Amino acid sequence: MNYYKTKIADGNIAVDDMILVKDAEASAGSKMLTGFKPLFSAEAVTRLENKGYKIAGKTNVGEFGLDLLGEFSYGAEAEGTLKGAAAEAVASGEVKAALAVDMNGAARRAAAISGIDFLKPTYGTVSRYGVISCAASGEQIGVYAQNASGVKEIMDVIAGHDEKDGTSLKNESYDYSFHSVSGKKVAIIKELVEKADDETKKRINAFADALRAQGVTIEEISFDVFAVVNTAWQILMTAETCNNISRYDGVKFGHRAKEYKNIDELYVNSRTEGFNFLTKAVIMYGSDVLSKNRYEACYDKSLKVRRVMAEKFEELMKQYDAVLMPAASQTAYEAYDIHEAFGKVFNESIFTALANLIGVPALISGGVQLMGKHFSEGLLLSLADSVERKGE
Amino acid sequence: MNYELVIGLETHVELSTESKIFCSCGGHSAANEPNDCVCPACSGMPGMLPIMNKHVVELAVTAGLMLNCEINRYTTFDKKNYYYPDLPCAYQITQLNHPICTNGCVTLKTSAGTRDIRIKQIHMEEDAGKLVHGGKYSYVDFNRTSVPLIEIVTQPDFRSAEEVVTYLNKLKSMFRSGGISECEEGAMRCDVNISVRPEGSEEFGVRTEIKNMSSFEAIEKAIRYEAQRHMDALEFETEELVQETRRYDDASGKTMAMRNKETEADYRYFPDANLMPIIIDDEWLEEIKANKPAAVDEKAEDYRLAGISDKEIDMLISNQKISKLLDDIVAMGANPKDGAAWILTDCAGILRKDGKTLNDLVITAEKLYAVIRMVDNGDINRNAGKKILIAVVEQDVDPIAYCKEQGLDKKFDASAIEAVIDKAIAENPQSVADFKGGKVKALQALFGACMKELKGAGDPAMIKTLLEEKLK
Ligand SMILES: [Zn+2]
Repeated sequence: MNYYKTKIADGNIAVDDMILVKDAEASAGSKMLTGFKPLFSAEAVTRLENKGYKIAGKTNVGEFGLDLLGEFSYGAEAEGTLKGAAAEAVASGEVKAALAVDMNGAARRAAAISGIDFLKPTYGTVSRYGVISCAASGEQIGVYAQNASGVKEIMDVIAGHDEKDGTSLKNESYDYSFHSVSGKKVAIIKELVEKADDETKKRINAFADALRAQGVTIEEISFDVFAVVNTAWQILMTAETCNNISRYDGVKFGHRAKEYKNIDELYVNSRTEGFNFLTKAVIMYGSDVLSKNRYEACYDKSLKVRRVMAEKFEELMKQYDAVLMPAASQTAYEAYDIHEAFGKVFNESIFTALANLIGVPALISGGVQLMGKHFSEGLLLSLADSVERKGE
Repeated sequence: MNYELVIGLETHVELSTESKIFCSCGGHSAANEPNDCVCPACSGMPGMLPIMNKHVVELAVTAGLMLNCEINRYTTFDKKNYYYPDLPCAYQITQLNHPICTNGCVTLKTSAGTRDIRIKQIHMEEDAGKLVHGGKYSYVDFNRTSVPLIEIVTQPDFRSAEEVVTYLNKLKSMFRSGGISECEEGAMRCDVNISVRPEGSEEFGVRTEIKNMSSFEAIEKAIRYEAQRHMDALEFETEELVQETRRYDDASGKTMAMRNKETEADYRYFPDANLMPIIIDDEWLEEIKANKPAAVDEKAEDYRLAGISDKEIDMLISNQKISKLLDDIVAMGANPKDGAAWILTDCAGILRKDGKTLNDLVITAEKLYAVIRMVDNGDINRNAGKKILIAVVEQDVDPIAYCKEQGLDKKFDASAIEAVIDKAIAENPQSVADFKGGKVKALQALFGACMKELKGAGDPAMIKTLLEEKLK
């Protein structure tokens, strides 16, 4: 597999194409941005480079990170069994770690399928400066690595306040150190496990058993909020994405249609040619939920759901230290037709949306997903680490 | 039938900040060439995030205080979506749901007496860029993109074009003296909402909006034209009025309907997730209040009471730096009227010689007051004071040291003056003889000799008296 869209150097870090590396073409997987070379690097990239890490290259993403795990990348549409490019670069040992934007679950699904770790940190802990922004209120740079300690190593470098991002939290650094997990309580979410295939269920059970072996108490609980959570996030995500990518209009940079008679045609033709079907579906959906007569029932309602769900989850986290659930409904995906993409991604995001909606951390390890309250990364990594090292 | 005019105003004012509202590019006055005041943020490149310029909040709050508004302690930004080449992100960051100021009021003095105009709200927003049309192509200039604006929205409380113009002039002088905006050509732009109803009626007539006018003269003419059009329509049924957006054509003096959009524009407003809500706590508000210049009218009134002329008041009110300098020296003990003359006549005169204006004046209140005090105390005369002032303005010297150095303070040593007079009498026997012989004019020559010796520092009246006594 060719991991890179653009190979930069012999390095140990891959960066997905939603994140800017100075002078390296950043197309966000879209024809719309082909040839766009950024004038600066993302803050996370700069921090890694300052610590001596080297960027190996840019890995393909699905157009604006909207698909399942990168299958609809302009000029590199996937065939056969689907894999995420950045996740595979890490899984194969080509690089030590990779940065990716977690917006609608693509990075987490890719990590689960490739069998590596991926952490989507608490919203506001890693600077979004240099991210090709789509869903500003829930997207966050995360880290792929072979295991929990690999994730920790990178997080220690990239997390912390950045004044170039108004949503960056004030903390200068975060404590991701590992602790004993014995005595911790983890809840398995029944409703999500039921939605997954048998192989996924096996992984959940195996992970739970491994935790039990480390002295963790496991309980299966009902927490039936995910359909609402997912709908709310899909509304916010599509609306924000629709708005943020409206700047790609053929006027300033990126793709411009050859044929146009006036400014309206320049817009319509450039965007018709530049975006794929999935992106267009997201634009239609996002634009609809923001329209005057739908706003209150859709966008505004979703903001309320966000507040209520944050409270509900916080309540739950008073009884448990973390929740355990699938990251996807299945352990492998086959290539499919782009016209089915919007619905497919919508359905799969039920497993991932909570972390984006309310900004809590989510960690993929052993093909399963852990979530905890804000700033619980240290605990999530400790749980994964204890399973990965089996108490060594 | 008699008709009543009902007008509401939306006024956009460009703020005088060092940098743009969400990036560190220079403000509106920093650019020379097209697109030389542009960065990845204000040209809509991906990866950049808006960072709020605190000074914009402070100026907006100051404007709100001047217009007697409630200051909202929790204020947020929204995105307004529309496509236009001068709008690089295809959305404008503005405030819809939680504007920074609401419910204000401004009192106007017009020929009809005083009138209160209610302010509905003031919100902050970014400006768009500019399109330049040339030949086959149109060009985009992003210099103005993201320049901070406040939009002041009134209730429909104006009843005449005169009131509108009075209001705009008042805003202009307030904002200039408050350091909020230079209000130069094009930095104040108005949308005028206008309707007409039979006098005594409570219901509003059909409303039209005249967009984007910046000259007060044009605004006044446009209102008069539009009011007449509405009245004709009501009185003589010349046409059927429809709610619409119009523009004013200066050349023909007429308003005309702008292209009718098939459907009403839906800007799909929603909160901007990149900008956290701004919380204005008591401490910050107090700080802004403390830095707020005294309200213009109050200030003008104070100046008037101190005997400063209307012309001078205008000069002071329109230049915050100068009025502050005056306020400072008055606080130190200077007489306001006299202080105003020192600044507006003497300092301005010194600068004018070098082709400069009061805007170029660099002098501390302490130094200016030191000069004035020496004159007021009678240590030196006004001419000597002027000489010292020239040196202070041009070379920034220390006025007291300079006065001593140049021997300008001789006057207050009475024996020194007597010695000078004795010397003049001894060296000019002919003039003495002439004077004693009845030629009164000869005294002038002796006086001149004294002044020459004193380098113009002495008190002329005192010298003359002393001379006459000696010659008796
Ligand atoms: Zn800029």
